[in-house]
Amino acid sequence: MNALATILEVRGLSVSLPIGGKLTPVVTDMNLSIARGEAVALVGESGCGKSMTARAIIGLPPPGAEIAGSIVLKGQELTQLTPSERRRIGGREIGFIFQEPMTSLHPTLSIGAQMTDGLRYHLGLSRTAALERARELLDRVGIPRGRDILAGHAHQLSGGMRQRVVIAMAIACGPSLVIADEPTTALDVTIQAQVLDLLARMREELGLAMLYITHDLEVVADFCDRAIVMYAGDRVEDGQPEQCLTRPRHPYTSGLVAAIPRMGGTSARLSPIPGQVPPVGAWPAGCRFAPRCAIADEICATRPVFDAGVRCWRPLASPAP
Amino acid sequence: MIRYIGRRLLLILPTIFVPLILVFLMLRLAPGDPAAQILGDQATPDQVAALRHDMGLDQPLVVQFVFWLKGVLTLHLGASFFFRQPVIDILPSYAFVTIQVALLALFIALVVGACAGVAAALKRDTPIDRGLVALAVLGLSLPEFWFALLLIFLFAVTWRIFPVAGYVAPSEGLVASFMTIALPAIALGLRQSALMTRMMRSSMLDVMSEPYIATARAQGLPERRVVLRYALRVAAAPFVTVAGLSASHLLSGAVAIELIFSLPGLGKLLIDAVGRRDYPVVEGAVLAIAIMLAILNLAIDLLYALLDPRVRLS
Repeated sequence: MNALATILEVRGLSVSLPIGGKLTPVVTDMNLSIARGEAVALVGESGCGKSMTARAIIGLPPPGAEIAGSIVLKGQELTQLTPSERRRIGGREIGFIFQEPMTSLHPTLSIGAQMTDGLRYHLGLSRTAALERARELLDRVGIPRGRDILAGHAHQLSGGMRQRVVIAMAIACGPSLVIADEPTTALDVTIQAQVLDLLARMREELGLAMLYITHDLEVVADFCDRAIVMYAGDRVEDGQPEQCLTRPRHPYTSGLVAAIPRMGGTSARLSPIPGQVPPVGAWPAGCRFAPRCAIADEICATRPVFDAGVRCWRPLASPAP
Repeated sequence: MIRYIGRRLLLILPTIFVPLILVFLMLRLAPGDPAAQILGDQATPDQVAALRHDMGLDQPLVVQFVFWLKGVLTLHLGASFFFRQPVIDILPSYAFVTIQVALLALFIALVVGACAGVAAALKRDTPIDRGLVALAVLGLSLPEFWFALLLIFLFAVTWRIFPVAGYVAPSEGLVASFMTIALPAIALGLRQSALMTRMMRSSMLDVMSEPYIATARAQGLPERRVVLRYALRVAAAPFVTVAGLSASHLLSGAVAIELIFSLPGLGKLLIDAVGRRDYPVVEGAVLAIAIMLAILNLAIDLLYALLDPRVRLS
């Protein structure tokens, strides 16, 4: 991978939140890098720290959060910036797409006002120029009659349309990185496919680096170049999505794949992973998955190192040649 | 938008007429005879009967009501038994005083309430927040008249900044006039601002955790802009509703306050007229208050529609 093409480089990121009055880690030792035009999926169950990782990158962690490690965007160390400089990275360099299109747009500001705010602030465009640019953006994300939409409000649009507007807002100022936090979870299946197509097209046309957060490994298989599986704040596996699906190496990834419902499967029952995700603050000292792992032994009481794309003492299959 | 305004205007009518009908009935069903009251203790029953006839009080209630309603619709509110003057000529100067005090009080309540509420929400769980909430609880628990007396004691008697009581019309000096309504307005407004502070705080806290605020922040917009443009716009809607309720409370609260500060307002006029069984003046004063409330409600509905485009459609 060409070093110049690396857009985002996260090293040793950890996020701690004040829970019950004491600082508790929710993400530990997170590493990831995304190159120009590359899409990386962050996969895991709710509470595994994937959204927290995204919020740390864009600089909007919950109040009281403590962030350690390095986040480098296009050669700039974001953790060294002043809060106001840090704030300005959002929208300008990083576009963010939220999960809930029904509530992520302002209910009483017009679509035009919301779309042009960032353009005017970051790019210093005039009102007219910003509106014209907003109309072009809507056209680009597949919304014709942009002028009418801009004058309207969020409640007049369908979920799919709203998500297109949110995508248009995310790419408005020409960011180099777009973070999408479960952008299709709240949408109908048919609309999901359209929105995924749109994201893929935007990534290709604009050469965006994309961080795609999801709990569904299958959805991202065609869409992402790499998948990072997270469990209890840890990166447990990092590889091609196809490989994670067909030859998972971490027992957790394997359990995740086995739990995907399949049409025409031979077994009528799904195979859920036994046990529960340990709550934040009660993670085992060794491998955090060990208590639920079928093949865990004594060594798993020691924390495994992340090696050859997997954080496991007993990885399942060997990586693809 | 025009249809919306039209519908609201129609809804005003009951707001004005229901209280009027109630007042009409209550006055006539209450014991006490205005004719006897006017003529005094020495009047003969014949004199009283003659005056009752002149005033139309010997007619059946329904007939009285029809005449009265016709009068209201044509703004002929009758003549005051006491002042011997048409009611319509008496009302404006009294209404003006009440409006002045109520508007200034509303302004104080809105500004103090909005600022304190937003500050408490943004500084949630800090000493600033706790201090403001404590003040608001204290404000809500103090009766208005007591608070008014406290203000008089401190600012008029001890420090002599404001006059103790009385009223100066704006035509006789703006500053002097303002000084006479300032204390009553503060007494009314500060107490209402306590309610508004609490409302604004909770409304702001709700809004600040909404996803669209996260969207605005993720757009890299400065926090000031996010609060002022994105959050306040939504938080203002419930605040406006409370402001409306509060404003009607200000009008009724003005009655007690006008008595304490001896301001010649509608409240004082109303209390005096009830004591004198001066029916036309009571009805006129209630009509004036009802119209003021109706206009206020209309203004709030329109403000609501401006703040939230979804209201216009439903």
